[in-house]
Amino acid sequence: MKVTINGKETALSENPARTIDSLLEELDVNQRLYVTVEFNGEVLDRTEHETTPVADGDTIEFLYFMGGGRS
Amino acid sequence: MNEEQIQRYSRHIILKEIGGKGQQKLFDGKVLIIGAGGLGAPIALYLAAAGVGTIGIADADDVDLSNLQRQVIHFTPDIGKPKVDSAREKMQAINPDVKVVTYKEWVSAANITGIIADYDFVVDGTDNFAAKFLINDACVMAGKPYSHGGILAFDGQTMTIQPGVSACYRCIFPEPPPKDAIPTCSQAGVIGVLPGVLGTIQATEAIKFLLGKGDLLTNRLLTYSALRMKFREVPLKRRATCPVCGDHPSIVELKDELDAMTVCDLGR
Repeated sequence: MKVTINGKETALSENPARTIDSLLEELDVNQRLYVTVEFNGEVLDRTEHETTPVADGDTIEFLYFMGGGRS
Repeated sequence: MNEEQIQRYSRHIILKEIGGKGQQKLFDGKVLIIGAGGLGAPIALYLAAAGVGTIGIADADDVDLSNLQRQVIHFTPDIGKPKVDSAREKMQAINPDVKVVTYKEWVSAANITGIIADYDFVVDGTDNFAAKFLINDACVMAGKPYSHGGILAFDGQTMTIQPGVSACYRCIFPEPPPKDAIPTCSQAGVIGVLPGVLGTIQATEAIKFLLGKGDLLTNRLLTYSALRMKFREVPLKRRATCPVCGDHPSIVELKDELDAMTVCDLGR
């Protein structure tokens, strides 16, 4: 199956049990415990990561914390 | 405008989107920059050069040798000097027309509302999540438009917030990451040109806001990768469940996020 992650089409193995939470682990996403996930245009609550299944054609954005500036 | 000012701002004045009227709007404008570091440097220099009439700048820090690789408003002889004083000197040297108001203090729940009250637009040039969340909450509560900016290593992000109209920082990030969870610039490093790119975009937003021209960077998070030399835009919208700008906000008064407080003070 194919999904779009941060604007890039990405091939994933077929896995009907895959959720946003397991995808974060599978891809070893940066800031995995803190990253914000936008799923098909909607920002998910963290509690929804485990309950949101990932299907063919989904669009996923990982939004990272970026701090630095001053020092 | 006197003869000298007409000459100074001539490249603005010939733009049909600015003209004499737009330049007057910039003179009348008041912008607050929080943080006189990597992001604050280009923001302060460009806003002063543009003739923004009143520019506030807040930072409690002194100039350090390790700042000079990217904080282009501070020069080698400024080491040890308060950043706000060093910044004011350069801003006034570029443009003596500009009134610079300095705040040699960190913003906190106790002082931020009073500081932002005098300004039309706020620019976040801070380096830590405690300040970023505080600025967001204070601006949302005061209905003050502001520009968020963040940088790390080779990546940056920025977004403009019009409280009550467009998505705020907490619509994307409901709460700060735990202390030490996200590497800071002093830990992870930052390429010196990066804040120049992001800060210049933030200054552009402040200028457009004052002019009332163009489309602000609202409901869009602009991300920049210097390594890949790519800009991307992620569409966003206000969230009804946002803890500060949503329908039933759980945050109704300002507080200091003590857990996230010292995120960029480490290893300085």
